[in-house]
Amino acid sequence: MTAKRADKIATIILDVIAGVIVLILASLLGYILVRGLPEVSWHFLTSPSKAFSSGGGIGIQLFNSFYLLLLSMLISLPLAMGAGIYLAEYSKPSFATDFVRTAIEILSSLPSVVVGLFGFLVFVLQFQIGFSILSGALTLTVFNLPLLTRNIEDALRQVDFAQREAGLALGLSRWETVLRIVIPEALPGIISGVVLSAGRVFGEAAALIYTAGQSAPALNFADWNPASISSPLSPMRPAETLAVHIWKINSEGIQPDASAVSAGASAVLILAVLLFNFAARFLGNKLHKKITAG
Amino acid sequence: MAKRKMVLGVLTMVVLALGLGACKRNDGQSITIVGSSALQPLVEAAGEQYSNDNLGVFINVQGGGSGTGLSQIQEGAVGIGTSDLFASEKTGIKASKLVDHRVAVVGVTPVVNKKVNVKNLSISQLRQIFTGEITNWRQVGGKNLPIVIVNRAQGSGTRATFERWVMAGQPAIAAQEQDSTGMVRQIVASTPGAISYMAFSYVDKSIKPLAVDHVAPTAANVHTNRWKIWAYEHMYTHGPARGLNKRFIDYVLSNNIQNTLVKQMGYIPVRDMRVERDVNGKVTAVRGNE
Amino acid sequence: MQNQNDDIRAALLRKSRSSKLERRGKFISWLCIAIIVVVVFAIFGFVAYRGLSTFFGTKVTLWNFLSKTAWAPGTTDASGVPKVGALPMIVGSFGVTLLSALLATPFAIGAAIFMTEISPRWGGKILQPVIDLLVGIPSVVYGFIGLSVVVPLIRHVFGGTGFGILAGTFVLFVMILPTVTSMTVSALRAVPRNYRQASLALGATRWQTIYKVVLRAATPGILTGIVFGMARAFGEALAVQMVIGNAALLPQNLISPASTLTSVLTSGIGNTVMGSLENNALWSLALLLLLMSLAFNLITRWIGKRGAMK
Repeated sequence: MTAKRADKIATIILDVIAGVIVLILASLLGYILVRGLPEVSWHFLTSPSKAFSSGGGIGIQLFNSFYLLLLSMLISLPLAMGAGIYLAEYSKPSFATDFVRTAIEILSSLPSVVVGLFGFLVFVLQFQIGFSILSGALTLTVFNLPLLTRNIEDALRQVDFAQREAGLALGLSRWETVLRIVIPEALPGIISGVVLSAGRVFGEAAALIYTAGQSAPALNFADWNPASISSPLSPMRPAETLAVHIWKINSEGIQPDASAVSAGASAVLILAVLLFNFAARFLGNKLHKKITAG
Repeated sequence: MAKRKMVLGVLTMVVLALGLGACKRNDGQSITIVGSSALQPLVEAAGEQYSNDNLGVFINVQGGGSGTGLSQIQEGAVGIGTSDLFASEKTGIKASKLVDHRVAVVGVTPVVNKKVNVKNLSISQLRQIFTGEITNWRQVGGKNLPIVIVNRAQGSGTRATFERWVMAGQPAIAAQEQDSTGMVRQIVASTPGAISYMAFSYVDKSIKPLAVDHVAPTAANVHTNRWKIWAYEHMYTHGPARGLNKRFIDYVLSNNIQNTLVKQMGYIPVRDMRVERDVNGKVTAVRGNE
Repeated sequence: MQNQNDDIRAALLRKSRSSKLERRGKFISWLCIAIIVVVVFAIFGFVAYRGLSTFFGTKVTLWNFLSKTAWAPGTTDASGVPKVGALPMIVGSFGVTLLSALLATPFAIGAAIFMTEISPRWGGKILQPVIDLLVGIPSVVYGFIGLSVVVPLIRHVFGGTGFGILAGTFVLFVMILPTVTSMTVSALRAVPRNYRQASLALGATRWQTIYKVVLRAATPGILTGIVFGMARAFGEALAVQMVIGNAALLPQNLISPASTLTSVLTSGIGNTVMGSLENNALWSLALLLLLMSLAFNLITRWIGKRGAMK
């Protein structure tokens, strides 16, 4: 009887905890959206920001955020994929593996401001890339790799070992087994890991202040040649992202409407992450269905 | 297989991007200005106008602090480094290699939370507040309310200016420190009994500036050095300014910008100053202005 | 005939396409690992190089650094030693990290159990997106909510200025919750299904199964999650900086302004000149940050090994 009662009580407590977490998020979201949404308009989303007068928008920053996210994902995803596959499928328990794992965990615990300064000294100054999207993307890759690798490794490990045995028994090589059987099976997990880290990248400010820079020069949206500096696609232009913009107007902004712009930008940032989350989840499920023919 | 193609594709993209970067470096139609966050809004606004007037020219403005500005210009990593301090006041900077261009003056004023009913402090009262000798507003004629000090981060240009002209060499008591003016303003506005200091350009309705020794913090008082807590805003170049760097500095110093943008944004045009102050604090009257 | 035999022999001995692919694949994935390790070493070497120069060629000793409480690297004390006492920051960092982990752990484990054992359907539909979204909220936004909601609330309830370790703890609690939760979820999901089936078959209730079997089996994974959360708390800069008050003072209580390693590091780095003592002292803080997270890591590993089910 006591065991059953304990079971009941535990269930109730767990329900409450789940409820509290949802409540925390709901109030956070509510606070940001209620304060910010009234400021958001089509004009706000598309016009460039103003340095000291009111009425500025966040158009360029919004574009920069997405472009930077895309570039850094393009660099970090294959790397993290490879690393995750090696750790989950090939590595044997040994001192070296342990060492690598520790190294990755250490990297993930680095404060982003240290990563940012590292990126500043190495990419911006040493490689002479300058304050640019590329510097920012490379720095974000450093920042992003450990967690992404870890997520992918976990997702791969969760795939039942019988699946691998089946693949090997069919005469597939280990690599082919991983590509054809394990990865498709682990895809939802991988996607969730990617979304998690994309959220982190999207909202990251400290690592970008010194790498992608704090200025958003006007862009010529008719020019799609990546080699031209005013083109939105140019990876060599400095690019202030939305998160950096929020940080900047809150810390040094002298626009009369700074708090309104920051509230609006925060709301947009949250909405973008929200949208992005749902899209990725939807895509993950679709992909999983397609690949596993389920 | 698909995986390998992806890796190859990404590598190609990165190489391509780097290659493009190398091409871009040659056109010389952009400069980077790094440093003082106090000067950043002005430079940004001027840069925006300059780009509008000269198509295809890009002025990239970064903050980061006066220390960053000076060390970057010293290493020749950027075109112009901005600073709230004379280069020789900062340790680790070889000032002789840098050329100073004073583009504006900023006044720094003590500010308090609006509920503090004190309007004026003597300079020694102000000093005693920041050294921790005076801890309650009652001691300087206000309500019975503990004083909450909000300081700027160590090494910040605004703090250096404040300490130099108010503290007279005495160390400030360890207290809250914030590294940006916006944060200071927000904290002072919301914390009862708070006191801090900031550039004139950041003062708004949410906080209350104080008079010191019955001199009000106004631009006119800075012109004559009656208000003593002020500093030059410097643009440093590595050697004499050349090319676009020079054109931009000249643009900022032109009547057009000094009389409109500089004033609008709460800075004080250098040419309005009736006095000049050197790095040692020696004040001389300027003739020929007006 | 001979010729034909040779052909067959060659065909058999030649590496198949598949095995070539296998070797290439293995090499590529190995390369990725190698790149990451190189990056880690580069950062480590770089931080160590900068951070250690504080102690060479100056009068600063390691003991000074760890035990003194005055932080003003630009100035010297009576005996001419630069004031680089990092103790207040060390105490502050440990304070917020341990407290927020203490607060977040029960919530995270509870939420993870809810998601994996009690109600996977609701968990997957509502809690999982909520957790993902919490990760996505940028630290700047957390900081400003902390500043505009948490700090005034603490000021109202406990008095003082509201800035301090307590405010930092609340903000960090929400920030590390998703990290710990999602890693705990992974750890719980990794517990083989037959453990649960065996336990239930023995007549254990769901809670007994969770408490006695699933949680025990997942302990190492959960601990790793907690360390990850602590590492994030340790390394978080912008949000903490906004609410902790940044006073390089030993915290008297939970509501007096304090500082953490990261808050001093971020607020100071832009105002110092590369290569000067002021700058190097900040890098020493970064090095300390790295070493402490390394230590955390090793301890958990040790616990994990000892607690693992054989």
